[in-house]
Amino acid sequence: MQLDDLYRRVIMDHYKNPRNRGTMDEGSVTVNLNNPTCGDRISLQLQVEDGIVKQARYTGEGCSISMSSASMMTDAVKGRTIDEALAMADKFSSLMKGEPVDFEEYEDIEALSGVGKFPARIKCATLAWNALRKGVVSE
Amino acid sequence: MNPLELRKQFPILHQEINGHPLVYLDNAATSQKPQSVIDAVKRYYERDNSNVHRGVHTLGSRATDAYEGAREKVAKFLNASSAQEIVFTRGTTAALNLVASSYARSVCGEGDEIVLTPMEHHSNLIPWQQVAKATGAVLKYIPMQPNGTISMTDVEATITSRAKIVSVMYVSNVLGVINPVKEIAEAAHRHGAVMVVDGAQSTPHMNVDVRELDCDFYAFSGHKMCGPTGIGALYGKKALLDRMEPVEFGGEMIDFVDLYESTWKEAPWKFEGGTPIIAGAVGLAAAIDFLTEAGLDAIDEHEGRLAGYAYDRLSEIEGITVFGPKEGRVGLVTFNLGDVHPHDVATVLDTEGIAIRAGHHCCQPLMRKLEVSATARASFYLYNTEDDVERLVTALQKTKEFFGHAIG
Repeated sequence: MQLDDLYRRVIMDHYKNPRNRGTMDEGSVTVNLNNPTCGDRISLQLQVEDGIVKQARYTGEGCSISMSSASMMTDAVKGRTIDEALAMADKFSSLMKGEPVDFEEYEDIEALSGVGKFPARIKCATLAWNALRKGVVSE
Repeated sequence: MNPLELRKQFPILHQEINGHPLVYLDNAATSQKPQSVIDAVKRYYERDNSNVHRGVHTLGSRATDAYEGAREKVAKFLNASSAQEIVFTRGTTAALNLVASSYARSVCGEGDEIVLTPMEHHSNLIPWQQVAKATGAVLKYIPMQPNGTISMTDVEATITSRAKIVSVMYVSNVLGVINPVKEIAEAAHRHGAVMVVDGAQSTPHMNVDVRELDCDFYAFSGHKMCGPTGIGALYGKKALLDRMEPVEFGGEMIDFVDLYESTWKEAPWKFEGGTPIIAGAVGLAAAIDFLTEAGLDAIDEHEGRLAGYAYDRLSEIEGITVFGPKEGRVGLVTFNLGDVHPHDVATVLDTEGIAIRAGHHCCQPLMRKLEVSATARASFYLYNTEDDVERLVTALQKTKEFFGHAIG
């Protein structure tokens, strides 16, 4: 196992310079999700209009993997339809299983493919995507 | 006590993890098992396996003797007055739940008080929350000093005559502090409350004498003290166990069963419905033999020395925070490495073959008190050495460098 497989530069960039971190006021649905085994938590806000994710923001606490994944996810789903966002969530699950998938919509996400080799960390990477699924279902 | 000699008896420790010799520093979560314990469980299944308390045949007698012999051994180990004061359970959680579900629900009423500390493990917290919800009792917390200790002044101020139960962990699984449970028990008794001690982190590491502590209940797990998972025990003073109702009903625990009414065996058997974890009890007895042979005082001294050494060596790393007091602690060190999240620390350490725990350690209220969301923890046992601490320190330096570059 090589550390560089896991902690790629793109991941560290999202961890250090998170996109869409913060809150918004109006017209949004909020999903709070915890990872009870390790204490990571995310609060995801989605603004959905006419079946399209107009805006996505998050706050939370967690490791570099969970927080960078949240940064990428919110960036990736912005402007997409709910169906497209859910399709990306499915694709992300495949990525975690080590299946070969392309994220041509948002290439940064492919940097998380190394997480699949660290089974204990998969739940960190999927936290934000699980919050997304919950959020669009409640919409 | 020679840790290097003892280490030889633990087969699991002699392997490489990710290309490095394993350094196991997650003993507060669970300890590893010596060959003698593994052999005892294996031998039981190969030679003696049968159900207990019913077989007329030879194997039935052997299994019953082994199981009840283990109970005797636990009673002696804790210096209980008799084996009848020892109830076998799945572990500490089940033991504390038994006290909460049976004893506490029968004595607590509206406005009665259950006294805890903010550092309790979830297993010595949630059962009492449930009792409070069901009975109208109130939870009260003895405040914690900034350095993680409990002062007797606060104990005296918190326990009043409304208290029915005081339940405190002997040793904190996060801070490593040893709480003054004997003195707290004395205060509890003065106000007519019973004293429950969560012994999960004390029993594996130090001599425990329940009569000297004068606690009313004492709970512990076998798997943290070289024994198998799935076995632990509740010590309870006989008079209290006698008046408690069982919470699980079925085979094994009954005296006489009729269509509409049944009666139970006496304590402790009335609390052990169903076929018990016989092999687990046999393994626990072997673990007690192993620890007794090594000497609990020697283990205590060795781990105390190691923790002091680790505390000093870790404190030398720039940017590290070590939690809890330096003195009066057991063999564990909880820390955070600057801004690097504990999960990331644990992953880097794992690539170096070092196993530590990262997370909230089943102590979410305590984490909030410490104003962190998670911490990293290295916890030692009789087979750990100063070399293990050095491997940890080197790996932490490496972690710092790696994330220094990565995060900047």
